[in-house]
Amino acid sequence: MYDSNLVLGGKEFSSRLIVGTGKYSSNEVMRTAIEESGAEIVTVAIRRVALPGSGESILDFIDPKRYTLLPNTAGCYTADEAVRTCYLAREAGLGEMVKLEVIGDQRTLFPDAQGLLEATKTLAREGFTVMPYTNDDPVMAKKLEDAGAACVMPLGAPIGSGLGIRNPYNIKIILETVTVPVIVDAGVGTASDAAIAMELGCDGVLMNTAIAAATDPISMAKAMKLAVQAGRLASKAGRMGKKLYATASSPLEGVPDWTS
Amino acid sequence: MTAAPLIEGERPFVFVKITVNGQPTEIEAGITIDGLLDTLNIKRQYTAVAVNREITPKSEYGSVKLSEGDKVEIVRPMGGG
Repeated sequence: MYDSNLVLGGKEFSSRLIVGTGKYSSNEVMRTAIEESGAEIVTVAIRRVALPGSGESILDFIDPKRYTLLPNTAGCYTADEAVRTCYLAREAGLGEMVKLEVIGDQRTLFPDAQGLLEATKTLAREGFTVMPYTNDDPVMAKKLEDAGAACVMPLGAPIGSGLGIRNPYNIKIILETVTVPVIVDAGVGTASDAAIAMELGCDGVLMNTAIAAATDPISMAKAMKLAVQAGRLASKAGRMGKKLYATASSPLEGVPDWTS
Repeated sequence: MTAAPLIEGERPFVFVKITVNGQPTEIEAGITIDGLLDTLNIKRQYTAVAVNREITPKSEYGSVKLSEGDKVEIVRPMGGG
């Protein structure tokens, strides 16, 4: 099937699965899982170097020439912190594509919509390709698009919850509301969740825990790759209409008569 | 500022207290960011430094000198979603 690429910040990606690098049991498992996922974009956090230095770096396991790194602003609770983190990431040589998180609540990790919008405006003006993690709110999605976001990334369910796509109708309305790509970020727990996101018409899925916390992360990574592809294909194919009662698949005429 | 014991034939070292990634640290007065990174054995690649909330471009590592009370943050990418 011919399919268009996912375009973000002028770069094209054939994979529509974006994966994280957190919570893996080892860097070796992470490396293999990411390979199996087929992802081309990989998220990283920006954190203090352990002192004294010289410890192994995550980038010893993820080749920045092969993958597009997507630094996140996880742990930032204000627009100012998030913007500064993006500047740090850029200065560190991680590029200008950022996964913007401005968290509003520690327990749910739900976004602070006001801070998110403010940071999106600032970073877009400064030339960043801003990928904001947002509520599944169509009004907010439109505001982020207008503020210069390169895509919108509504949550399917809380980060790390694995609860799946809790409000597919809102995701559907977001898809009808914005013209930038829509990437479901957070909430995916297993392959069918990723397929549902793609079947809704989303342009991509971002996940971390669903792969990293699986019993066999490498197999789950492969499952997610296939699910995203299957969901995309099904979305493009156009599903059949739903009916309450049965409709026979076999012809009604020509049935042999067994009556005596 | 405290003066370290004078070693014969050498100039006395003067130490200042700064904070590096939240840890109180004593460094030789007048040390640059380059000097600090060397002392801590930190690679430059994929690393960024901020002093007192201001990000220092890599091109200024050799010229920015650290002084008493400075708060230094040294970051790099880690695993995350």
